[in-house]
Amino acid sequence: MTLSNLKQSRHTPKKGKIKWARPQESDHFAATVKLYRQGKYDADSFRRFRLQHGAYGTRLADDYAMVRVKLPAGEIYPPQLEKLSQLSEQFSIGSAHFSTRENIQLHWVVLEDVSEIFRGLAEVGLTSREACGNSVRNVMCSPLSGVCPDEKFDSTPYALATARFFLRNPLSQNLPRKFKFNFTCCEKHGMVRMVDVGLIPEIRQEDGYTQKGFKIFLGGGLGNRSFVGHQLEEFTPEEDLLYTSMAVVRIFDRLGDRKNLARNRMRYLVNDMGWEKFQNLVLKERAIVRATQSVVTKLSVDNSPDEIKRPLRISDEGPISQPEGYARWFKGNTFKQKQNGYYSVFITLEAGDITSSQLHALSEIIQDFSSEGLGRCGFTQNISLRYVHEDDLVNLYSTLLKVGLAKSGSLTMTAPIGCSGTTSCNLALTNSHRLAKEIQRKFLELKLDEDEDLRDSSIKISGCPNSCGQHGIATIGFFGGGARFEKDMYPNYMMQLGGRSDGDTMLGVSSLRIPAKRVIPVILKIIELFKQNKKPEDDLKTWIHRVVNGIDSSEIKSLDDIKKALFSFTIPPTKAEDPDFYSDYGNDSSYHTKTGKGECAA
Amino acid sequence: MCSLSQGVVKITSDVESVRSEIRDKSIRVIDVRREEDYKQNHIPTAVNLPLATLLSDDNPERVLKLVNAMGIDDEMPVVVYDDTFGALASRIAWTLEFIGHSDVSLLETTYSKWKSMGLENDNSVPEFQLKEHSLKLRPEIVATSNYLETAKEKEGVILVDNRERLNFLEQHIPGAISLPYRILATPDKILRPKEDMKRLLDNRGITGGSEIITYCGSVGTLSGLAYYALKSVGLPNTRLYVRSFKEWKSLSKPIEKQQDANYWDLSAE
Repeated sequence: MTLSNLKQSRHTPKKGKIKWARPQESDHFAATVKLYRQGKYDADSFRRFRLQHGAYGTRLADDYAMVRVKLPAGEIYPPQLEKLSQLSEQFSIGSAHFSTRENIQLHWVVLEDVSEIFRGLAEVGLTSREACGNSVRNVMCSPLSGVCPDEKFDSTPYALATARFFLRNPLSQNLPRKFKFNFTCCEKHGMVRMVDVGLIPEIRQEDGYTQKGFKIFLGGGLGNRSFVGHQLEEFTPEEDLLYTSMAVVRIFDRLGDRKNLARNRMRYLVNDMGWEKFQNLVLKERAIVRATQSVVTKLSVDNSPDEIKRPLRISDEGPISQPEGYARWFKGNTFKQKQNGYYSVFITLEAGDITSSQLHALSEIIQDFSSEGLGRCGFTQNISLRYVHEDDLVNLYSTLLKVGLAKSGSLTMTAPIGCSGTTSCNLALTNSHRLAKEIQRKFLELKLDEDEDLRDSSIKISGCPNSCGQHGIATIGFFGGGARFEKDMYPNYMMQLGGRSDGDTMLGVSSLRIPAKRVIPVILKIIELFKQNKKPEDDLKTWIHRVVNGIDSSEIKSLDDIKKALFSFTIPPTKAEDPDFYSDYGNDSSYHTKTGKGECAA
Repeated sequence: MCSLSQGVVKITSDVESVRSEIRDKSIRVIDVRREEDYKQNHIPTAVNLPLATLLSDDNPERVLKLVNAMGIDDEMPVVVYDDTFGALASRIAWTLEFIGHSDVSLLETTYSKWKSMGLENDNSVPEFQLKEHSLKLRPEIVATSNYLETAKEKEGVILVDNRERLNFLEQHIPGAISLPYRILATPDKILRPKEDMKRLLDNRGITGGSEIITYCGSVGTLSGLAYYALKSVGLPNTRLYVRSFKEWKSLSKPIEKQQDANYWDLSAE
């Protein structure tokens, strides 16, 4: 990375170097939709085709699709944000949605318009190809890769190269099920044990020679049943990265379960076979791959340094006064980079939602404030701007205020994840999306983002037992379901406690079923119990960790004690006493469950 | 020549030809923005007809008086512009068509864009000699609620809703398809290029032989723009349901809704 004092002008927005799109895929998609509508293409084949191109079905509505746009390594450039702003206004609902896997989604798109979105995406180099379906999904990279003080080196170029290698590669067009790669910067910021292949950059010194490589974790993943990944070997050198990835994909392709849709992710294969056997198989397969590949099979890793230039602004008028709320925002939304004087700034969204006009504004703000000239998506339905000079932070905050993007708490527990739930998903049982927003609004009102003890904890919510909302790795996680009292149904969530995705990765432990309208008071009660029982150095995460492992010495010693303390919240009132209890967030009418066919497994 | 020009419909006028026609004094330009905006500045020689003034009473006799007062006779070509992505201008242009004016088009861009290009503007209010326009109503370009109710059940009639997608999901006239007005434009022009528009509409099955009826929220502005979008690709058999969804609802006619999904909660507004 070269830091320069040269300034850059806004007239030349930075464009992505890699063109992920193929423009002809748009016409092909349009033609196929026509054939399907004319009955010349059967529904199952069409669904596979549609998913392969990144168009997902929509809740109980055959005529609409969700287009999931991949942002490999989370990178998004100003012209791409501008285009997404236009497309969301033209073809979607005037908003777009950042996912937990560095995709940006356009919902409620008319199926016949999907090809027009592809056309627009291609103009700025983006694709949704293989964003759904049984393929290698978007390759993620930590938003802090390249700026994290604890990383060994920047893994971004390797994430991009891996994405490039597998995109449209025949090796990965028809896998038993979806397949996910996550690259990270360090243990703490990673999600490497919760994915098919997770990679942490690592450096080895051998005979005075410094070698780049990775710690690779295999067979993890969140879902109806979740598993923690296993480390393949002590160190995987850089040149074995591709061979290892290919070996794993080949084994999964060959041995993965193609019949039982509910158990066909690679983690089940690893679990059924046993880790040691699977590990041996990978190492053997890698030896074969290495021995049989021609020299042209390689990752094209672009390690050329990015240009870092402070943007040139028209109004460089020196220090301006701090607007109200700046200190609070600074605390909860910024991360000090290893590069002296620079910060990464995380934008707080509500469950990942952003308006067309905010996307437009963000495109300009990135050009004005980020010295690397692009945005990076996070793991928590958000987006960050990096390389913001410390002198520009106040100015940036003032600018974000004007477009409604200056909410606090992005890096704290007050920014919960909520999958799309009943807003658009066929499988959803509850409105997890709205619940996440309700929690955020309430907690920001209570200024919980300023509480140091809660900072590293997380709340994650899924609308069904599948784990799009990643509830299994949350300090406090919820997944939705319906419950019944006498003859009336109400929305309900299973609460899991103590999940985490860092070096001590563990899955949350199921505790109680909490009615939707009691979720907020229950979390507040847990915080209250924590405050009463914590040791001085505790934060919520460490306290809950001890409690769920049954090793706390305070009054709340174990999960059972928490359950006892919270039990009263689970008792339903009668419908006459509290009719609101029987409707979900975002609905006035009585709650009932209704689902369609899932497409995750299609 | 005559037979050639028949059927060749000019939907939008490009900036260059409007400028030269202004110099030649061979067109009448109508600015449909509010009076206070018009008074600050406007395209030279433009006359002001705020949409609200027209809508306060848009029966043909009164429209004819307004047209005469603007010095427009049957022969005078008219170009209409606004600063609202062409929707308000469309509603005025359509009204002129409805009373029988045969040469009315939309400026291809908005007044803001015009100004941002550094083109001429002016704040003087021109005066025109009163003219006598004829009245030849064209009922074939209008749809009333009664007409719509019968027509939409017929084979080959397409009903198009031009409001935003969320509004459409929430409620719409049964059988309508959703074509939000934002789809029709590009960042620079009020309408997409013809080929672009044609491909998009083809994908939607909005093609040749169909009769198409457009509607929007209340007064036929967004759907007015859609009316011209459809004409721009050579779909002449198009009608505007000018009283739109507001009237439809007030008449308690049937309404459809997308059930079982909390789509509003996905919106970031």
